[in-house]
Amino acid sequence: MTAGVDLGVPATQAISSDEDVVRVRQLVRTTAVAARLSLVDQTKLVTAASELARNTLIYGGGGSAEVTTVEDGRRRGVRIVFADQGPGIPNLDEAFTDGFTTGGGLGLGLSGARRLVDDFDIWTAVGEGTRITVTKWSR
Amino acid sequence: MERVPILKIGDILLVSIQVDMSDQTAVQLQEDLAERIVATGCHGVIIDITALDIVDSFVGRMLSTIASISKVLDAETVVVGMRPAVAITLVELGLSLNGIRTALNVERGMELIAASRADEWDEADVDEDAETTATP
Ligand SMILES: Nc1ncnc2c1ncn2[C@@H]1O[C@H](COP(=O)(O)OP(=O)(O)O)[C@@H](O)[C@H]1O
Ligand SMILES: [Mg+2]
Repeated sequence: MTAGVDLGVPATQAISSDEDVVRVRQLVRTTAVAARLSLVDQTKLVTAASELARNTLIYGGGGSAEVTTVEDGRRRGVRIVFADQGPGIPNLDEAFTDGFTTGGGLGLGLSGARRLVDDFDIWTAVGEGTRITVTKWSR
Repeated sequence: MERVPILKIGDILLVSIQVDMSDQTAVQLQEDLAERIVATGCHGVIIDITALDIVDSFVGRMLSTIASISKVLDAETVVVGMRPAVAITLVELGLSLNGIRTALNVERGMELIAASRADEWDEADVDEDAETTATP
């Protein structure tokens, strides 16, 4: 679950092409630098965002990423919400297994992204779509 | 779509990735490199990722694929310049980069390729060498 208060207006990037995945990475990087995440934490968050943005594009049929700076009283963080209205994920246990893929990938996107962030929350419904919220906090 | 340039330096192809590649650009690079290896007969490929601030599973797979393709085409691939934060992240992501040789920088990469070519020659010429050394 993601706690914390929003600082500032969220920035939204539509995800409907390859180039948009690049834009999501850049937006997340800029926001993570401004939130003063460490270099390693920035790298982890941008990598997780790249994986999730690609999933939104390829499996979700496109969608969006909403990036917000948050604060929980002690520390700052960056929260990203990936949303699509695609087919949803029928079996989450399977989807989070390292190496599981229905698209010829490496099957590390979901499981790897969850390891790389501090908070990870997923909502999905077959036929309705998928919504993944991740947060990385400054230390 | 942007395209990553491939330079030929002696017997080596050098790819220095300077842009945040889209997936399409990465796939294109794979194809371009295979063609250049065949066209030039080069036996070494150095991929310099000093400028890359992340390597995700897509780029990781591209690097592995390039290494496999070049092996089949009798060329050796070395990835150089990986940033420490990228290495830390790769491990946590779960990417093993199996079969990829790495070196600190371009210079070390070139040494590695030269050394492994030399080893191969030694093995191939082992009989001949024995004869030469035996002759006073
Ligand atoms: N947004 C999404 N909508 C529908 N299915 C998804 C979504 N994200 C992931 N999946 C499913 O989960 C699987 C695992 O995803 P991931 O771990 O990123 O591996 P990969 O992308 O290599 O297939 C995908 O192959 C796909 O079946
Ligand atoms: Mg994926």
